[in-house]
Formats: sequence, structure tokens, C-alpha cells
Amino acid sequence: MTNQQLNSGNPSVDIEYRRRKNAEEMRYQVVSFSLMIFLTLIAFASVAMKGFTSWFTVPFILLLAVVQVVFQLFYFMHMSHKGHEAPQLFLFSGVLVAMLTVLTFVTIIWW
Amino acid sequence: MSTIAQKKGFGGTLWDFLTTVDHKKIAILYLIAGGFFFVVGGLEAVFIRIQLAVPNNDFVSAGAFNQIITMHGTTMIFLAAMPLLFAFMNAVMPLQIGARDVAFPFVNALGFWLFFFGGIFLNLSWFLGGAPDAGWTSYASLAIHSKGHGVDFYVLGLQIAGLGTLIGGINFLVTIINMRAPGMTYMRMPLFTWSTFVASAMILFAFPPLTVGLTLMMFDRLFGANFFEVAMGGNTVIWEHLFWIFGHPEVYILILPAFGIFSEIFAIFSRKRLFGYSSMVFATVLIGFLGFMVWAHHMFTTGLGPVANAIFAVATMAIGVPTGIKIFNWLFTMWGGSVKFTTPMYYAFGFIPSFVCGGVTGIMVATAAADYQYHDTYFVVAHFHYVIVGGVVLAILAATHLWWPKMFGTMLNETLGKITFWFFFIGFHLTFFIQHFLGLWGMPRRVFTYLPGQGFDASNMVSSIGAAFMSIGVLVLLYNIIMTQVKNVKVGNDPWGDGRTLEWAIPSPPPFYNFKQLPLVRGLDALWLEKMAGKKGMTPAEPLGDIHMPNASFIPFMISFGLFIAAFGAMYHKDYSWGLPVIILGLLVTFGSMFLRSIKDDHGFHIHKEDLVDDTEKGAKA
Repeated sequence: MTNQQLNSGNPSVDIEYRRRKNAEEMRYQVVSFSLMIFLTLIAFASVAMKGFTSWFTVPFILLLAVVQVVFQLFYFMHMSHKGHEAPQLFLFSGVLVAMLTVLTFVTIIWW
Repeated sequence: MSTIAQKKGFGGTLWDFLTTVDHKKIAILYLIAGGFFFVVGGLEAVFIRIQLAVPNNDFVSAGAFNQIITMHGTTMIFLAAMPLLFAFMNAVMPLQIGARDVAFPFVNALGFWLFFFGGIFLNLSWFLGGAPDAGWTSYASLAIHSKGHGVDFYVLGLQIAGLGTLIGGINFLVTIINMRAPGMTYMRMPLFTWSTFVASAMILFAFPPLTVGLTLMMFDRLFGANFFEVAMGGNTVIWEHLFWIFGHPEVYILILPAFGIFSEIFAIFSRKRLFGYSSMVFATVLIGFLGFMVWAHHMFTTGLGPVANAIFAVATMAIGVPTGIKIFNWLFTMWGGSVKFTTPMYYAFGFIPSFVCGGVTGIMVATAAADYQYHDTYFVVAHFHYVIVGGVVLAILAATHLWWPKMFGTMLNETLGKITFWFFFIGFHLTFFIQHFLGLWGMPRRVFTYLPGQGFDASNMVSSIGAAFMSIGVLVLLYNIIMTQVKNVKVGNDPWGDGRTLEWAIPSPPPFYNFKQLPLVRGLDALWLEKMAGKKGMTPAEPLGDIHMPNASFIPFMISFGLFIAAFGAMYHKDYSWGLPVIILGLLVTFGSMFLRSIKDDHGFHIHKEDLVDDTEKGAKA
């Protein structure tokens, strides 16, 4: 939202402020991008390394995947910005409902 | 385009309704189609009660009885109650938030036509070899072994109608989030808008499981898959879970708008601000959330185990708390108010004790251990009719009287309205109260007859007489509607005289652009505030300007019609060689229409400022 009106031609837009904001934004994106690469490397390593059972690696990789999704949503899809409360509410409600369903299925139908 | 109304012939009016994207006209379409299916479902109910009136009756055969109970439930839930509520949501919600239409008018029309063709497809089963007969829940263990094409009609028809409901719900969500008038914060939204919002969010999350379930069932029955076939390694209980993950939120999707309607009625006719507005909002949202955590209480006897049963039983009882908050708030709204006994208020009065009865039996059946006793008896039938008829249907009838002037510009006759109420209300209690006892005495549900001398005879007769009373009530309502429209006495902006929310600030029926200037909302019950400040109408929030409107379109009809054709192909593709080409033809019509929509730029049109200025005497003050 902060970097939406850069080309609006509105003289009162504070270009300096926008630039600073964008630089800050860029720093966050680079940091989270390198973190994501790092997490991916860990995921590969946990499979490649001997000594871990699949009972450890599968949940571990799933956990890393969740972290990556959160990074993706908050830093690359701008969910950390203002004005995203409604999408957040619906995303998390949807996740809650889906998780409940999965939890029920794995606990009382299949095992 | 001129805003001056032109006299149209029948063909012109028909074409207007086939192509309309105006939320008020779509509301009328929903009302007509939903009303038609309500009468069809009601006739099926009457046949059930005639068959069960006396022991050993052979009014219908056992097979036909199964079809009738299945279609009664399916029709009433999917094709009557939901569309009728959608009718009021479409007609009123955009007006209540001060919007000129819903967010996606084209998609709104598409939602209606999908529902309509799905409903027609489902009901054509009566003429094409027999209706579905596995119950409205269509449990897989029954459904995949059902002979003939009945269950295929159910699967394909509900899939199409369900798509329509889903996109309708998404449309309402976007409308409420994005299109509120200046000053209309979330906590200033009328309760009916709030309940529309929460119900739409529940539609968004509840319908996908149904879609998945129906798709799996479709593959099992029509394309040789074995998802639910135990002998082939499938699992029949998965259908039950998928169905009820949808099915339980579904009943809250029905009851929350009903709560919203009654909240409006209590405030209007007690001439008092709704008591505990913020707690009402909180309770509505909480019911929405809890509604997703209780579905397995429909399956206590399936053998989920004591831990799962206990969790779902406790979660279910928790819903009694927010519902109790609502009941007390309604009572306190009337407390100290200057109550006016109009027809909608009669329904609201009748609703409270009726719905509390249904709630009390709800707690009883939620008790997992006791449920083994109630399960599959008439006690359960009595319970869910007390909440659905005593809650949803009373609300729909109340809303019909309350908003009829806003939708059609005429006032339904109050005396006839009260006669309708008494016949329907007495008939309803006569029909279903005794069924609690029939259930406790051991009469199982879904049986087509019973033997004499088991103590069921007199009570079943009483129940059937009650059904006749309800039918008379509905007939009086139909007579009332016809007489009112024939007399055609037009009314003004606020025919009840006590309107509180924005829809009463504009003419009845509103002009097609709703608000000439968007209103400035200064608080809850926006119009009431202005009235109390001594003003005649709302203060405009914008200068008079051009209004952008969408063009009418026939494409929604064609998209839906294509799926209707494809459904016939899918159903008969194993029996006849023409099945596959018909599937392809139908999908071509659907996707061709969608393609046409995508490549054809349709920017709508503007109503010019000059035309609006001329329009002053026709009302339409913001």
C-alpha cells in the first residue's frame, strides 16, 4: 500500500519517504529470501543425511514448508502491510477449518 | 440510456429478467424460484403426512415414500430456504450498507441461474425414472447401491446449485467488505448485514467439502471409482464426514440470516435500538466459528469412540451460550420499548418460544450418551423441524411481510398476514410437538408406514392435521400476495413508519441505481439518527455526479445452461452413446460463453448527472 501511488503525479507525495520505505522493504525481502534458500538447503540436507528416520524428516520438512509459506505471505505478498486484516482473517479461518478436518480424518477415520 | 421507466410487454419483461444484473431484480428471481420450490417441498411434506396419517396406509408405495422424503429435505434446504434467504440478502443488504449494487453484478446473475438450473435438474428426476431415494444426507452406503438414476440427479443437480450458492456467498462478502457507504464502519452495520456477512463466510468454507464429497460420489456412481466402496478398499464413513462438515455449517448458514431478520424486526417494532448490539455481533461471529467444530454430533452412533464423541458433544453445547445471548438481547430490546404488533412482529414473538424449544431438544440430542436413544427416531425429526421451521421459515415469512413493500412497492394486507401467522404457527406446533413424543415412544424416522395398535395412531393423525393447518396458512399468504399485487396500491419510502436502516431512506421499490448520492452514515441505525435529529432524509456524502452502471447480459444464463446440458450427458453416458458428445457440447456452451465474456470488453454505461436532476420528483433522495 505504501508504494502504490508513486506515479500519481501528486506533488504532495513525499518521494524521499517512499524511497526510504522501499529500501527498507527491499532489505526485508532480501533477508527473507536468503532465509528461505537456507531453509530449503536444510530440507535437502535432512533428506540426504543418513541417520534420520522418515518419522523425523517428513514432519520436519512440513514444518519448514509452513515457515516458508508464512515468509511468502508476509514479506513477498505484503500481508505485513496495513489494510490486509480482512484477507488475513479469512486465510487463517480457512486454515483453521482445513486443519480441523485433517486432524479429525487422521485421528478418527484412518488411525 | 434514459432513466424514465418505459412500459414493456410480457416478452420485454421476460427478457429483462433473463438478462438482468440488478441485485433487486435478481432478488425477485430468487424469491419466485425459491417460493416455487418451497411450494413443491411443501407438497411433498403434505404427501408424507397423508401417508403417515393412519397406520398401514398405502397412499404411496415404500419406494415412492423414500423418494418423497429425500426430495422434501433436499428441496427445502437447498432450493427453498437458501434461495429465499438469498432473495432478502440480495434485495436488502446492498441497500442497508448504502451501495448501488453488489460488487460483481454479473456474477450475482450467474449465481442465480446456476442455482435455478441445478434445482430444475434435480426436480426433473420425478419425470425421468424416479427421484433420489437415499435421504437428503445421501449416505454413501445407501447411495452407491441405489438403483436407477435418482442419486445421479442429486449429485449433479446439487453440484450445479452449490456452485451458484458458493459464488453468491463470495459476492456478498466482497460487497460488504468493499462497498459500504462513507461512515458505515463494521460496527455500524445493521444486524441483517452482519449475519449475511458471517453466513457468506460460512458458505465460503462449508461448500468446498460438499463439492469434494459430491465429486467423489459422482466418480463412484458414474465413472467407476471406489472412494466409498468398502469392498474395494474405500471408506463409506468419509462421505458422512464430508457431508456433515458442510451440513452442520449449512444449518447455521440458514439460521444466522434468520437471526438477522428478527433482530431488525425487534428493533423496528419496539422502536428502540437493538439491545446489546456489539454482543449480538460477537455472538453471530462466535456461532459462525463454533459451527465448524461440531459436525460429528450428527454421527455419534457411527462409532467414533468415546473421546471424539465427548469433544463434539461439549463443543455443541457451547453453541448454546452465544445463542442464549441473542435470545436475551431480543427480550431486552422489547423490554421498555413501545411495541407495535404488526405481522412481522407476530412472527418474531412466535419465533422466540419455538426456537428455544428447538434449542432445548438440541442440548438433549447433543448429549452423546442419550443420543443413542434419540437417534433415528421422530424425536430428531421434531428437533430439527423446531429449529428450521420455528427459526428459518418463520423468519422467511416475517421478512416477506417486512420487506415486501421495499421489493415491490406495495404493502401486504395486515389482517390476512395475521391469519397466515395463526394458521401456520398453530399448525407448526400441532405437527411437530407431538413428534417429540412419537420419537420417545419409539417410532423410527424414514419409515413409510407403521402397524396399528402400537400407540402411534392418534398422534400421527394429530401431526397430519397440523400439516393441513400449515398448508392453509401458506395458501392464505399466496392469496394475500395475489390480491396485493392486483390492487397495486403504492407506498412511500418508509411504509412501516419506524424504519431505522438505510433501505427505508429511499423509495419503494428503489430506483435501479439505488442511491442518487451515497448517504453519509453517522452511526448505527443511520436513518433513525437523522429522524431523531429532525431531518427528513440522509445527508449526502458526495456531490451529484454521473453513476456508473453495469450492462445487462444473457451470458450468465448460457453458462449455467451449458452445465445443465453437460449434466444430462454425464448421467446417461453409460447407457447411451450420445452421452459423451452431450457432455462435450454442454461444456462447450459453458466455456464458450465464459470465453465470450472474457474477450468482449463490457464497460457498462453512465447515468448522466442531468438525467438524475430531472429525476428529483420520483424520489431517490440519498
